[in-house]
Amino acid sequence: MTKYTFTEKKDTRSGFGEGLLEVGKKNDKVVALCADLTGSLKMNAFQKEFPERFFQVGIAEANMMGLAAGMTIGGKIPFTGTFANFSTGRVYDQIRQSIAYSEKNVKICASHAGLTLGEDGATHQILEDMGMMKMLPNMTVINPCDFNQTKAATIAIAEHHGPVYLRFGRPSVPIFTPENEKFEIGKAIKFIEGSDVSIFATGHLLWHAIEAEAILREKGISAEIINIHTIKPLDVKAIIDSVGKTGCAVSAEEHQINGGLGDSIAQALCRNLPAPLEVIGVNDQFGESGKPMDLLDKYGLGTDNIVAAAEKVMSRKQLQKI
Amino acid sequence: MVSQPEINELNSIASQVRRDIVRMVHAVQSGHPGGSLGCTDFFVALYFKILRLNPSFNMDGINEDIFFLSNGHISPVWYSVLARKGYFDVAELATFRKINSRLQGHPATEEGLPGIRVASGSLGQGLSVAVGAAQSKKLNHDEHLVFVLTGDGELQEGQAWEAIMYAAHHKVDNIIATVDYNGQQIDGAVDNVMSLKDLKAKWIAFGWEVIESNGNDLEDIINKLEHAKTLTGQGKPVVNLMRTEMGNGVDFMMGSHKWHGIAPNDEQLASALDQLEETLGDY
Repeated sequence: MTKYTFTEKKDTRSGFGEGLLEVGKKNDKVVALCADLTGSLKMNAFQKEFPERFFQVGIAEANMMGLAAGMTIGGKIPFTGTFANFSTGRVYDQIRQSIAYSEKNVKICASHAGLTLGEDGATHQILEDMGMMKMLPNMTVINPCDFNQTKAATIAIAEHHGPVYLRFGRPSVPIFTPENEKFEIGKAIKFIEGSDVSIFATGHLLWHAIEAEAILREKGISAEIINIHTIKPLDVKAIIDSVGKTGCAVSAEEHQINGGLGDSIAQALCRNLPAPLEVIGVNDQFGESGKPMDLLDKYGLGTDNIVAAAEKVMSRKQLQKI
Repeated sequence: MVSQPEINELNSIASQVRRDIVRMVHAVQSGHPGGSLGCTDFFVALYFKILRLNPSFNMDGINEDIFFLSNGHISPVWYSVLARKGYFDVAELATFRKINSRLQGHPATEEGLPGIRVASGSLGQGLSVAVGAAQSKKLNHDEHLVFVLTGDGELQEGQAWEAIMYAAHHKVDNIIATVDYNGQQIDGAVDNVMSLKDLKAKWIAFGWEVIESNGNDLEDIINKLEHAKTLTGQGKPVVNLMRTEMGNGVDFMMGSHKWHGIAPNDEQLASALDQLEETLGDY
C-alpha cells in the first residue's frame, strides 16, 4: 500500500501560478486577467513573461468576467484571477449570462477559498462558491488538493473547451501527490484502498482524510480514501464502486454542507445505491478570523472529525443491516 | 457621403423591418416594440452600410466587423435585420419567443442562431464583452472594428462604467459604442427614474471620444458612424450618443415609455401596418 507522506508544504495558489505560466508558454491563445490581486494569485510570472497577454482590470470583477467572455471571441482562452468570493458571488449573473449560458471558454480561477483563508475572516472566506458554480449548466467545477494537483489541473483546463471554475487556496499545505501527474477532469483518484468505509475528500481536506485513514487503521478500521477533485461532472461510477464495497461513506470539503460535494454524493447514492453518508463541511454558518488549522478544527473539519464521522457512519451501516 | 438613392433603399428596408417588429411582437403578444422601432434605422444603417461582414457567420468573427447588442430586450429589430440581411430565413421570424425557437426572447447563443455571439438581456454586461472582443482583435492583429449598442437607462448599471473606465485606460481604440439615448426606461423618463445628468460630459471625463447623432435619420446615422470610424485607432475608444424616439415610425407608440414592453392588439397592429409600407414582402 502506498504510504502518503510529505517533505514540503506549499500553497495551492502557487501551483496555479506555475501552471498558468506553463500553459502560457505552450499556447499563445492563453490570456490572463486579474482584478488587482496579481501577487496574491501568483500571476506575476505570467505577467512578466507575457505582458501583452496579461490584462490588469482593477477592482472591477464584473467587468473582468465580461471582458473574458468577449476575449474568447477571436479564439483566446482567458484565465481570470481573483479571490473565490469575488470570482463567484460578486459576479454570479455575469458568469451565468455572459459565460455559462453563452458557452464561453473562460477559466475562472479562484484563490483564498474556504475557512483556510484564515485571518481575513468571514467576509472573504467564501463557503458557498462550489454550490453556486455547480448549479450552472455548462460549468465544470474543480477543487484540487495540493500544489502539484493544482498545477496539473491548471494545465488540464487550458486543454478543455468550455467554462471551468478552478478553486484553490491561500495556506501552505502538504504536497503529497506525484509531480507532473496528468490531471483527468471528472476522474476520481483512489489514494488508499479500503473495505470498511469510503471517504471522499476534496481540496485541502484530502490530506486530513489521509491522516484520518492512519488513525482509523490503528483502530482496525479499513478506510478507502478517494479524491474527488472534480465536483462537476461528478465521477458517480467511482463513488458507487467504492460504496458498493464498503457500504457507507464520509464526504469532506471546506465548504457549506448545503450545496457542496456532500450534497452531490448524497444524490448519487440515493439515485443509485442508498447507503449511510456523513458529511464533513461547514454547517450553515459563516466563518471567522483565526489561524487556518484552528478554524478547520473549530468548525468540525479537522482530522479527528473525519475519524469520528467514519466511526459514526459505520455504526449506522450496522444498524441498517439489522 | 451617402447618396439619395441609397438612403431611399435603406428607408425601404427600415419600413419592412418595422413591419416585422410589430408583427413578431403581436404574434406572441409579448416582446419589446418601443426600443426596437426606435433603433430600426441604426440597425439598418449598421448591417446594410457600415459593417464590413464576411459572407457567412463565424463565432470568432475574424477579419470582419462584429456587433454586440447589450440591451438584449430589443431583440425583434436585431432578428429582423439579421434575417433581412440573409443570416437566416425570414420565415423563422414567425418563431420569435415560441417554444423550440432559435429566436429567444432575449438573444442567446445556445440555439446557434447565426449573428449572435453572446447572450444579453441582463443589463450592463455588453460593453464589457465588446471591449474584451476588441482586445482579442488587437491580439489577433485584426484591423476590423467592434460595435456595441447599449441602452441609456442601462447605463445605471455599475458594470457599464467599469467597462467604460477600462476601455479608456487600456486604449481600446477599435471599438465604437452607441448609446440608444431615447430618455425612456420601464418606469418612465430616465431623468425621473435615475438621471444620467450630463451624459456627454461623463463619457468625456472617462476618456472617450464622443460624437452625437440623430438615430432616426438614416443619413445622419451613416455619416456619423463613418466619421466615428475615422476616429478609431487614435488611442481612445469612441462613443456615439444617438438620440432616438422610442416607438419611431408608429404614431401611437412614439415618444412614450409605455410601449417599452407591451404588444399591440389586433386593431393596433392594423393601424401600425397602415403606416409602414410592405417593401420586401412580409415573412
